[in-house]
Amino acid sequence: MANAVLHVADVHKSFGGLRALSDIDLQVMEGTTHAIIGPNGAGKSTLLNVCIGRIAPDTGAVVFDGQVITGKQPHEINQMGVVRVFQTPEIFPDLSLLHNVMVPAFAKRDGSFRLNALQVTSRQTAIREEAEHWLEDVGLYKQRETLAASLSRGDKRRLELAMGLVQHPRLLLLDEPTAGMSRHDTNSTIDLLRKFKERGMTKVIIEHDMHVVFSLADRVTVLAQGRIIADGKPDEVRGNPVVQEAYLGGAH
Amino acid sequence: MAILRNDLVRLALFALVILTMPIWLAPIGAAYPDLMQKIAIYGIFAIGFNILFGMTGYLSFGHAAFLGVGSYAAVWSFKLLTMSVIPAVLFAVVVAGLFAAVIGFVSLRRSGIYFSILTLAFAQMSYNLAYSVLTPITNGETGLQLALGDPRILDRAFTDAGSGIPPPNLLGEELSGLSGFFFCAALLILCFYLAMRIDRSPFGMMLKAIKSNQTRMAYTGFNTRPYTLAAFIISGMYAGLAGGLLAATDPLAGAERMQWTASGEVVLMTILGGVGTLVGPVVGAGVIKYFENIFSAFHEAKLHEAFSFLPDGLENFFVTITAPFVGEGWHLTLGVVFMLIVIFLPGGLMEGVRKIRNAFTRKPASREETGRLAPAE
Ligand SMILES: Nc1ncnc2c1ncn2[C@@H]1O[C@H](COP(=O)(O)OP(=O)(O)OP(=O)(O)O)[C@@H](O)[C@H]1O
Ligand SMILES: [Mg+2]
Repeated sequence: MANAVLHVADVHKSFGGLRALSDIDLQVMEGTTHAIIGPNGAGKSTLLNVCIGRIAPDTGAVVFDGQVITGKQPHEINQMGVVRVFQTPEIFPDLSLLHNVMVPAFAKRDGSFRLNALQVTSRQTAIREEAEHWLEDVGLYKQRETLAASLSRGDKRRLELAMGLVQHPRLLLLDEPTAGMSRHDTNSTIDLLRKFKERGMTKVIIEHDMHVVFSLADRVTVLAQGRIIADGKPDEVRGNPVVQEAYLGGAH
Repeated sequence: MAILRNDLVRLALFALVILTMPIWLAPIGAAYPDLMQKIAIYGIFAIGFNILFGMTGYLSFGHAAFLGVGSYAAVWSFKLLTMSVIPAVLFAVVVAGLFAAVIGFVSLRRSGIYFSILTLAFAQMSYNLAYSVLTPITNGETGLQLALGDPRILDRAFTDAGSGIPPPNLLGEELSGLSGFFFCAALLILCFYLAMRIDRSPFGMMLKAIKSNQTRMAYTGFNTRPYTLAAFIISGMYAGLAGGLLAATDPLAGAERMQWTASGEVVLMTILGGVGTLVGPVVGAGVIKYFENIFSAFHEAKLHEAFSFLPDGLENFFVTITAPFVGEGWHLTLGVVFMLIVIFLPGGLMEGVRKIRNAFTRKPASREETGRLAPAE
């Protein structure tokens, strides 16, 4: 068995009286696609927030690649290779699509700070071509000069996917990457993600769309009210009565 | 040169327009060195301010502090070292840069309105210190001036003290009148070039990305603090240069240069001209300095003269309602103009220029207007 790239060890997190995460222990294995599902408000996004350093857990720790990353700055965690695609698209609305993808490419190449004030952006051919390549892969190449603000929600998610992929992450965390997309775009996104699976990229994917989950995931963890209620292969989880009840009892 | 062809053309045009100011400003009675110098100097100040405000979105209300520090540094260089302006200006830039590093380091811990308030507080503190504790350095209310007994070590090493206070010089040439203007103009062009390079660089792109979505930058792997601090220091150095030039063209430095109204003025210049554009701040500086000059020179007698073609009653009436807007009250005019611009042309005068240009080239769905397309590189 491959080793765990990500280990969420015993994490608890409360917001006031609300227990958003309790007793979460989770391992994501190298090269796998690990789905996290659960009803609305189950704590899925909070779990990712803990992983990327946006929220500090009350207790417990997150270990990436054998290193504790809890307590590190978000940019340090990103520089280690943990990249997140957000649930509500987080893009740079005032920049062109091309620049939206070039910015993370620069972060990958130049690190968290570089005073490259005398380079000329448009002469950075390698970075630009790389960015164009990813825009092409997510199907946004033609609009590369438009401002990101003008995109539809679904297109913003695809843009964000390109922004994540251009960094060649060791671990890609996807928060409902296909929400707001048409069936057609959802399918092409699945194809794209599957391509990365073949290349051995480790991914955590949060999804409500069971079609997406079962076509991509090697392993599924089910969260409900901040707790893991099931964990296993997709088929095992699908047949699990506890899971079915949680979903019926939840917001769905 | 590692710069794009279009930008080279833009730079050449800018240089041409600036260097020919003595010609094209003559018909509107503004071609005298004193005013043109001011326009060039405040142009530098505003370009630098825009590197911070226009690119990163951080609105400083205390930039006049760097202007003041630059002036003091330059005058001290005149007093202690030499009347040559080159060391004076360099010294002004370095000292303002260091000062900006300290203020920026603290202020940039906050963003938005809190950042603005912090910079304002720092500038007011500097202003008050200049009048109180720091009088040995600033000479308090009198302002820092040259004196016959100043050491001027470097000058003394080569020549005798002479009988009067020598004027500032550039490589031995006395810097006054038109030569003073051309010196400032050359530096303005250099500053414009550097701002353009920053704007076109990956560093500039990161600053704009910070303005667009700062939190996202952290999750993209950037440490945004050094970026904003670098922008703050660079813009503080521009302000220091402007302050140094004010002293080089008139060797005197007073604390009023640091007052909050002076900080507000550069905000107005930048917004009036067009935030985030390269030329806008210079246009804004030019317009404000030009009108300040005209309006503040007006007084009641002149108004009576201007309205003398009207019957007596009407003349007095018009003089009464216009009087508050001129002379000391010129800031009132500025306020009204500023309000009109912000309401009708939020992109500043540059937006107006763009609209007119589009109307002439008849491109109704032009890039900027629809806002859907990013400006070309
Ligand atoms: N920063 C926060 N402050 C306070 N409460 C929060 C915060 N973030 C999340 N919560 C609460 O924690 C709970 C879990 O939220 P979370 O966003 O993790 O759910 P989710 O599983 O991602 O749901 P969804 O499917 O709707 O995205 C919710 O009740 C939410 O209101
Ligand atoms: Mg969520």
